[in-house]
Amino acid sequence: MDVRTQFALIILFLPLASFVLQIFFGRRIGPRGVWISVAASFVTLILAASMLFTVVLGTPMNHYPEVAWFSVGDFSLTLGFQLDNIAVVLLVVVALISSLVHLYSVAYMKGDVRYTRYFGYLGIFTFSMNGIVLAHSLFMMYMFWELVGLSSYLLIGHWFEKESAANASKKAFLTNRVGDIGMFIGMMLLWMVTGTFTFQDLYALVDVEGANLFAGQMGLLTVAGIMVFMGAVGKSAQFPLHIWLPDAMEGPTPVSALIHAATMVAAGVYLTVRLFPILTPDALLFVATTGAITAVLGALTAITQNDIKRVLAYSTVSQLGYMIMAVGMGAQQAAFFHLGTHAMFKGLLFLCSGSVIHAMHHSLAHKGDHETDPQDMRNMGGLARRLPITYVTMFIGALAISGVPLFSGFLSKDAILAGTLAFAAEHHQWWAVLFPMAGFGAAAITAFYMFRLIFMTFHGKPADEQVRQQVHESPLVMTVPLMILAALSFAIIFTLPGVNPLHADGWFTRIIPQGENLTGFAQLGAAHLEHGFHEVHGLTMTLSFAVAGTGILLAIIFYLFRWLNAHAWAERLRRAGVYQLSFHKFYFDEIYDAIIYRPFLWLTGRAAWLDWEIWDQWFIDSWGRNTVRISNVSGYLDYTWLDQKVVDGFGHVIHWLGATGRKLQTGRIQNYIVWALAGGMIVFLVASSF
Amino acid sequence: MDSLQSYLFISITLFCLGLYGVMTRRNGVAVLMGIELILNAANLNFVAFNRFGGLSDQLPGHIFALFVIVMAAAEAVVALAIIINLYKTFHTVNVDEAHEMKG
Amino acid sequence: MGAFAFNLVAILVVVTAFWVVTAKNLVHSAVALMGTLFGVAGLYVFLYADFLAAVQVVIYVGGILVLIIFGVMLTQKIATAVVVQSSMPNRFLAGVVVFFLFIGLSSLMFRTPWHRGELVETTGTVATIGTSLLTRYLLHFEVASILLLVALLGAAYLSRREHG
Repeated sequence: MDVRTQFALIILFLPLASFVLQIFFGRRIGPRGVWISVAASFVTLILAASMLFTVVLGTPMNHYPEVAWFSVGDFSLTLGFQLDNIAVVLLVVVALISSLVHLYSVAYMKGDVRYTRYFGYLGIFTFSMNGIVLAHSLFMMYMFWELVGLSSYLLIGHWFEKESAANASKKAFLTNRVGDIGMFIGMMLLWMVTGTFTFQDLYALVDVEGANLFAGQMGLLTVAGIMVFMGAVGKSAQFPLHIWLPDAMEGPTPVSALIHAATMVAAGVYLTVRLFPILTPDALLFVATTGAITAVLGALTAITQNDIKRVLAYSTVSQLGYMIMAVGMGAQQAAFFHLGTHAMFKGLLFLCSGSVIHAMHHSLAHKGDHETDPQDMRNMGGLARRLPITYVTMFIGALAISGVPLFSGFLSKDAILAGTLAFAAEHHQWWAVLFPMAGFGAAAITAFYMFRLIFMTFHGKPADEQVRQQVHESPLVMTVPLMILAALSFAIIFTLPGVNPLHADGWFTRIIPQGENLTGFAQLGAAHLEHGFHEVHGLTMTLSFAVAGTGILLAIIFYLFRWLNAHAWAERLRRAGVYQLSFHKFYFDEIYDAIIYRPFLWLTGRAAWLDWEIWDQWFIDSWGRNTVRISNVSGYLDYTWLDQKVVDGFGHVIHWLGATGRKLQTGRIQNYIVWALAGGMIVFLVASSF
Repeated sequence: MDSLQSYLFISITLFCLGLYGVMTRRNGVAVLMGIELILNAANLNFVAFNRFGGLSDQLPGHIFALFVIVMAAAEAVVALAIIINLYKTFHTVNVDEAHEMKG
Repeated sequence: MGAFAFNLVAILVVVTAFWVVTAKNLVHSAVALMGTLFGVAGLYVFLYADFLAAVQVVIYVGGILVLIIFGVMLTQKIATAVVVQSSMPNRFLAGVVVFFLFIGLSSLMFRTPWHRGELVETTGTVATIGTSLLTRYLLHFEVASILLLVALLGAAYLSRREHG
């Protein structure tokens, strides 16, 4: 077996082994046993990193091992890996975040009733996520896709005693199901057209004979692509299925960092990147539109949220929209770049928020206050001195996500924004301008709400001085992951060996193909997009600075120095009817409630009424009633006549015969012999007389 | 002495007397004696048919009679054991007094 | 001489057999049965069945008859070992049935055209019987031995003491 396959197999199954260990033996081993899981996750990190180094040092990964699984008639399925550069990069991202979250959780979850089980769930989640990354076919990816859905359900609902957590896990699971059904239909359509699930075969088909194969079926392929993309819409929390992600913040904060910032939600983007070569231009436009809407909506909603994790959740929705939009516009390299950088700084931000919440929680518990929400930013303030490490690292994360130069977010966001500008330049319709507008607008808002979060949490006057005094920095196992992720949020990490902080050229751009090495439809647009990229680069950078600066400046004005009163402005906006829109998350839950749940409940209620009152009570029961009536008549006939007279008559006759005949039973064998012999002789005589 | 019929006649007589004994005797041991008579009648038949049927080289009748004697011995043993049991249970050996099966 | 002896033995068999089933005393019945069994052994001699005759004497007279007398002694006093005959009507009915059976069987016997084989003067049957038992009838032989064993065990079980 190839060593690369072995590495991939170990990376895939080690977390599963950790899951099995923790679920079945966790209680017996005790809380110290979670270090085994931590160690396992770091082993996968080392393996994945070694693969990445090989790639970076100049050996591209092009390894596609597969084994036959089963075949039914002409239909056969294989299991296998698609080990290419993209997969390796994402493997490292997943393994890195996963292992840091493992480490972080050791302290964060300490004392939890289901401590070991939690680590088991982390294990199965990592297993399924690695499965998605490694999958060589849509079918295999779908299996792990569902596994990810399951494990995220388990992790979100980890504290299922809390009703909101239980509901959130159900909501996440069901919302994902909606997208997954679309994905399944899309897979079947693709199968119908192409007869294969394997990515390599699909690429080959669109590449070599694409024109012939899909001649006249472009519409069908567009639909298939959009349907498969629905899976990504669900998993990556895209409009209109983004509603589950903010609710999923009910799960433990490290879980949010792992699955709702870095990995699970990235699966949708990853799927879209994988699909990119076979998506038709129309499908790509759909993808881009979805992403743009999500980016803007998410950013707008994040402004007014007061829960520290919800701000980050909507920020994630917005950033995912960015990535999806980028794929849709052909900037698939930029999208994947942003996926990687975002995983680092958003993971960092979530873990920082976890650290803050952890500290707040302990402080409030110390005071004996169980009413105050430790996640509400209005209860914080002035924590910078009490939580120095958390403050510095979170500040770095905020700078990165806002797109400030020197930090990774700047590069990837810049690449995406350049992509939108190039797209707009290539398409001369009026609506093409909307994409860069959405991109830059969302970027400005992102900078604003991120610094709003920083200032509300760490600066200003504390809401409760007593609580502030009791806040203590988190232990080392929690702060070390923060520092590592903060270090990885610097731009230079992604541009080595390049050192120009304003340019993304480096190992990443070298190993992830853009333009060349592309197949199928992607090639159509990629070439001139590349051309456009260079033209708009300078403009993008200038604009980027401007929007990020504007956002940060506004935040400083409103929340750091309070030159303008945020409440007064909010009141003004409220009167204009805009504030509520954001505060109530654009009323998505309410709208779904009104147009889906309530009509559905009404419909089910009516259906139940029909079923119960009319069908069951009236129709079905009438059978019963009539049957009872017929049975009574028939029973009377049966009992009084047939039973009493005929059947019992037989009995009486037999009884009489028996009573008479018993007298013959003397119990003496000799009598019986005599009679038997006499009978035999009579038979003999009768027989001989003929 | 050289006619089959004479042996068969003796055999029939023995059989009928044995049967009469089985039917009329009340004592279990006496019933057993009747049964022995019947068995002897049958054995006599086997041997006689063997002699007059031209089977002198194989002697199947003799073998059969031999097995009947073996069987009779076994039967006598078991029957006497039953009779002794009967005596213990009912304090009689009269078979007609043991009529639990009377209707 | 031969015919006379045969007739004598035949009369002995029939008379003693009649005595067996009619004697009032059980011990008398047993003695009469001994006569019958000896007579049958004699008839075997006339039929050139020398081995069977010996077996008849050894097993029947020496074994079974002794067993029967033991049975009598274990259950009754010799002096009062009176066989109570069954009731008169029953005896009459049995007699009628047996009589008709006797008539029927006899007439059947005399009317049947029996197959007659060649009469051979054999000198001894022991060798033939022994060879047959251990070759052709070996299985039957073994089954018979198992039957005897089972009978032995069964008898021992049936006649054991209640709690012994």
